[in-house]
Amino acid sequence: MGSEQDKLLEEVTNREYQYGFHSDIEMDALPKGLSEDVVREISRRKQEPDYMLEFRLAAYHNWLKMDSPDWAHLKIATIDFQDMIYYAAPKKKPLLDSMDDVDPELRATFDKLGIPLDEQKILSGVAVDAIIDSVSVKTTFRETLAEKGVIFCSISEAIREYPDLVKKYLGSVVPPGDNFFAALNSAVFSDGSFVFIPKGVRCPMELSSYFRINALNTGQFERTLIVAEDDSYVSYLEGCTAPMRDENQLHAAVVEIVTLDRAEVKYSTVQNWYPGDKNGKGGIYNFVTKRGLCKGDYSKISWTQVETGSAITWKYPSCVLMGNNTVGEFYSVALTNNYQQADTGTKMIHLGKNTRSLIVSKGISAGKSQNSYRGLVKVSKRADNARNFSQCDSLLLGDKCGAHTFPYLEINNSTAKVEHEATTSKIGEDQIFYCNQRGIDTEDAVGLIVNGYVKEVINQLPMEFAVEAQKLLQISLEGSVG
Amino acid sequence: MLKIRNLHAMIDGKEILRGINLDIKAGEIHAIMGPNGSGKSTLASVLTGNEAFEVVEGTVEFNGKDLLDMSPEDRAREGLFLSFQYPVEIPGVSMTNFMRTALNEQKKYRGEDILSASDFLKLMRDRKNLVDIDSDLTNRSVNEGFSGGEKKKNEIFQMAMLDPKLAILDETDSGLDIDALRIVANGVNKLRRPDNATILITHYQRLLDYIIPDHVHVLFNGRIVKSAGKELAHKLEENGYDWIKQELVE
Repeated sequence: MGSEQDKLLEEVTNREYQYGFHSDIEMDALPKGLSEDVVREISRRKQEPDYMLEFRLAAYHNWLKMDSPDWAHLKIATIDFQDMIYYAAPKKKPLLDSMDDVDPELRATFDKLGIPLDEQKILSGVAVDAIIDSVSVKTTFRETLAEKGVIFCSISEAIREYPDLVKKYLGSVVPPGDNFFAALNSAVFSDGSFVFIPKGVRCPMELSSYFRINALNTGQFERTLIVAEDDSYVSYLEGCTAPMRDENQLHAAVVEIVTLDRAEVKYSTVQNWYPGDKNGKGGIYNFVTKRGLCKGDYSKISWTQVETGSAITWKYPSCVLMGNNTVGEFYSVALTNNYQQADTGTKMIHLGKNTRSLIVSKGISAGKSQNSYRGLVKVSKRADNARNFSQCDSLLLGDKCGAHTFPYLEINNSTAKVEHEATTSKIGEDQIFYCNQRGIDTEDAVGLIVNGYVKEVINQLPMEFAVEAQKLLQISLEGSVG
Repeated sequence: MLKIRNLHAMIDGKEILRGINLDIKAGEIHAIMGPNGSGKSTLASVLTGNEAFEVVEGTVEFNGKDLLDMSPEDRAREGLFLSFQYPVEIPGVSMTNFMRTALNEQKKYRGEDILSASDFLKLMRDRKNLVDIDSDLTNRSVNEGFSGGEKKKNEIFQMAMLDPKLAILDETDSGLDIDALRIVANGVNKLRRPDNATILITHYQRLLDYIIPDHVHVLFNGRIVKSAGKELAHKLEENGYDWIKQELVE
């Protein structure tokens, strides 16, 4: 099987990244580099109120005192933070709610991405906030949502229009000084989405945002804040792509979720940033802080992620289970190929009584990639009857890749019940031959087997995204058999 | 349909098949019997293209085409089916999805239209009834957690779905109780047509009470040493293989 494998592996590595186009949209960008003046200028251009500028400046000064974290199982080239553009906006700023005003180039970009921006085409009822480089371009379905009292808009708009909500919740889950990249994000974040679901409202549709890095040398720092009041529910999705570039580009996002009593938020990500070429050149550095706070009793936050892109992924969507009887869930598929590196997992912090958490992590490594699961389950002294179950599986394709599992447990309450299961397996030649014998070629067989392996996680995604995620996995893996 | 000429094959440097000659015509059922280690399963593996085995000499023609020149999946798409002695588990992949992928790939290869979802489900129901398989089996992941008998029944179900020109049943009767054996045999008999053919690889005469072969071959030391009608199977059942070995020595 050796030479066959090499041949197939070569085929994959020669496959081009499907979303690697670049759009010629006129950009209005700040010069490279980061300073207090740049932070002030971002805030000014976005016409932000003073409270926001203060938030940014405090974060910036915090950041100056911090160092880039080095504890992850990752090899990261030194990032020159002065060699980066922190703000880039499409020049013709489109007006919201009128498709006619959107730059045709930009619309073509979204069409290529397959984003259903055009409301008439949307039958499935997904409301979309599309963010290109730094600016939120269009939020669809706003009127329908407004009838229910749901706010779904860009974070920039929220900062201006809903200062009380933003002041109350922004930075309440991920404080500006939380970590190096969160501090950087807090200082320079350019846009992102804001979601507010009022008391007792079940959001009538999936909310969705698409992120795309387009301009050269641009970092993308989006900021998302989701607040779900008592007895509310929302399902939120994000998708990401970027053009092919030789240089590494930085993406350092922060996502914060707050759920009040009996509220539930489902957050799903399909991440397909440009992973770099077959020699490991270029690709996105995806350094993201995502955290949810189950503040109210009986509330629930569920993270589902399918991570197939990025040169480096550093990401631990977490749940702080503060209220009693709260539930946190983390479902993850992380796929790495070629020279990709992923260090991803979750943190489940049990603070309230009778809190429960579930972790299902499926890693897939191919090529020369390194794939690590890193997860913390922490049960505090007061968290009586806390429960956790963790399942961490690794699937290896080939013998040049690595899979690692780093589970951390900190249990400070004797009534806690914590279980951890881990498996590592390889795709068997016998499984592939069995598929071959039924008329399925090897590439399709690998796709089929891998999709079977990740089914538990994919099932958590809304239907149309599940189909997309399955295709994505198949594309990312085609031929990498071992 | 199938013409095997002087087929030699080896694994790990050891020659297992040492010059097989065999002709199978449409409409026929051939039984290949023989003691353990005689090369029966190797023949099935070599014909279906398992890369663990190396063909060192000989030719195999399947409906006028060079079988040995084809990839395993193309052999399947040309209508060659193997009921595995040890069916493989594929966790998380539903039988429905598996069969639909397989059937569509085969249809695409032959330039036929692929089935719509509803036509496919109808075909599934129809084939399930034909081979008398529990509907439950097809709702589960491919062979995952199946009992030995369920796995074998599932192989026959897949055979019914894919409707091959030539099916090779490798020890499909081993480990089956009498009810499961009957279901498997009935399935094979119902699928029999003048334009397809079957090779039964088996140890025991038992299966041949239910599926009556046209020809019985004895494989020994990598060669077919005796071929006759169905009565040969009975003789083997009564007398074992020793008398054949004896004949060979003489």
